[in-house]
Amino acid sequence: MKKNYEIEVDCANCAAKMEQVTKEVSGVKEAVINFILQRLTVEFEEGVDTQVVMTAVVKACKKVEPDCEIVC
Amino acid sequence: MTKKQKKMMGRIAAAGVLFVALQFAPLEGVWKLGASLGIYLIVAYDILIKSAKGILAGQLLDENFLMAVASLGAFALGVCDGSGDFNEAIAVILFYQTGELFQSCAVSKSRRSITALMDIRPDYAHAERDGQLDTVSPDEVPIGSIIVVQPGEKVPLDGIVEQSDSTLDTSALTGESVPRAVHPGGEVMSGCINLRSPLRIRTTREFGDSTVTKILQLMQEATSRKSKSEQFITKFARIYTPIVCGAALLLALLPPVVLLTLGHPAEWTTWLYRALIFLVISCPCALVLSIPLSFFAGIGGAGRAGILIKGSHFMETLARAQVAVFDKTGTLTRGVFEVVAAHHSPYSLQELLQLAAAAESSSSHPISASLRQACTHPLPSTDIGDMQELQGLGVIAGVKGLRVAVGNEKLMVQEGAEALPCHCVGTIVHIAIDHRYAGHILISDSLKATSARALAELKAMGIRKTVMLTGDNQRTAEAVARELALDEVHCELLPAHKVAEVEQLMRSNVGHLFFVGDGVNDAPVLARADVGIAMGGLGSDAAIEAADVVIMDDDPARIPLAIHIARKCMRIVRQNIVFALSTKFSCLALGALGLANMWFAIFADVGVLVLCVLNAIRALRVPAS
Repeated sequence: MKKNYEIEVDCANCAAKMEQVTKEVSGVKEAVINFILQRLTVEFEEGVDTQVVMTAVVKACKKVEPDCEIVC
Repeated sequence: MTKKQKKMMGRIAAAGVLFVALQFAPLEGVWKLGASLGIYLIVAYDILIKSAKGILAGQLLDENFLMAVASLGAFALGVCDGSGDFNEAIAVILFYQTGELFQSCAVSKSRRSITALMDIRPDYAHAERDGQLDTVSPDEVPIGSIIVVQPGEKVPLDGIVEQSDSTLDTSALTGESVPRAVHPGGEVMSGCINLRSPLRIRTTREFGDSTVTKILQLMQEATSRKSKSEQFITKFARIYTPIVCGAALLLALLPPVVLLTLGHPAEWTTWLYRALIFLVISCPCALVLSIPLSFFAGIGGAGRAGILIKGSHFMETLARAQVAVFDKTGTLTRGVFEVVAAHHSPYSLQELLQLAAAAESSSSHPISASLRQACTHPLPSTDIGDMQELQGLGVIAGVKGLRVAVGNEKLMVQEGAEALPCHCVGTIVHIAIDHRYAGHILISDSLKATSARALAELKAMGIRKTVMLTGDNQRTAEAVARELALDEVHCELLPAHKVAEVEQLMRSNVGHLFFVGDGVNDAPVLARADVGIAMGGLGSDAAIEAADVVIMDDDPARIPLAIHIARKCMRIVRQNIVFALSTKFSCLALGALGLANMWFAIFADVGVLVLCVLNAIRALRVPAS
């Protein structure tokens, strides 16, 4: 399942870092950040609770870029 | 400016004013340290917090950490050597934050200007409810509603015109600048702008399924797919950032330690300052941002010209393409059979057409349809007598008391008339009147007006080979190939054969190949080619699904334009990579040697970024076709 999330991040390199850590969160199959549209697209593994996964994603992203926002 | 940016500006301004005031304040010792620390915290607290979080998260070598170390180090120096000079620490962080703010503004502004240009989404719809017009959001309008679109407004939803004629500006969807006329019963697509008179439309799709939403979704997905250059840059940044940060740390620590062990003064400040400059220069954002931004602008610009490129990697392949393969019918030719001429006839074309169309008046064959269409003054049905349709031969009918036979050569033989062959390419319809040959009508599919120009342009652009694949017969195919000066032609092919031919061409190593087809019959070939280009995609979901590039209208001249856009975009990408990397590395070297000051560093960071962003935006401009 694929879902889009609005994000707020200031620098392109930070967005790249966030994309990298999001991919490593368990339950995430694939993640793409479109910096220009300020959009995070997450493809989840089958049968996971997207809410739980997204909480972990937000936590991981905050770690690499404390200044970011992800609207869940 | 966003809230965040405004807040940052406030902090910078406050700290700046206080910093100047501090220079004139008669403060000494602890008081001065306290005041300086206060100003420092105003402007730098977020960096300190971020770096603390970074340490906890194990992300040591990032900008915030080094910035914090460097500025706090400068403070420590002021305390240790007793000079009480904390200006350096504050000034450096002020500069740094100003640069970051400037960069953030430049980025969000360019981002907004591009997304605004691409935004063809209608904001509202005037929907009729209980006989009253309400202005509502387009996604609240159910299928089958009546909406009214005033001149100058965007059509918010797909539908059928109920009332009044008007003209529509479809350029946002197709890039076509000539307005399209619409009449009651005609289909209208969301995203077009109504030009002349108010239109009443019955909606046929919900907003989520409407043309404009689909195109926007495709564009957004297209810009999310990463190209090779982008992947390279992301990988590069992942390695580059820690290396540069590590190098900055070494630059701050190693030379002073070496100097100390050699018995010289350590000059901590000098080296810290150099490390800091090094760090400010190093930010890879110019690269990481400008590459996707260039593709984004390129895809956006192409979109405005009615060319939908479904991902930046197709942009890369298209720019390098060497072989152009075309389908014939509907791609290079109009796909509509038209009466071209009448030969060997005692009658004029219209007289002959009148008789032939009357004889064929009840036939459903496509050839009959084109005969009827070409006939400007059809005879009244009272003039037409009994009619006989002969399978595989043609039609014999009584028209105005004459026996009119319309069909192929075999029918002429049967009628005892001697048919004359035609030297032209196309479908020939012979006519005999009262068993005597009355000439033939030539029907053929005509070339699109821009086909020849498009192919000449492709050749001029350096496309090495142009090939046509068609299911049509050899004679017709070769005539078209000659007229368009195609290099190769393969005829009488079934769709499966076309795939095989394309695979053969791909194996021959001439270069990347793109295939242009109509998207309906050619889906397998479109999928197999390096880049599949579908023509006439507007309104055809199948074409949009199967192809990598969709030409919204059916103008072949958009193909050289698409390649031109792709090449320009790739040129800009290369320019940005080379410019950003070479400036960064030379500035880094200058910074390490102490030949660059903070202003220089901020230029190397923000300036390079801004120049790259401006260059990227050039990709948005598309020459008028």
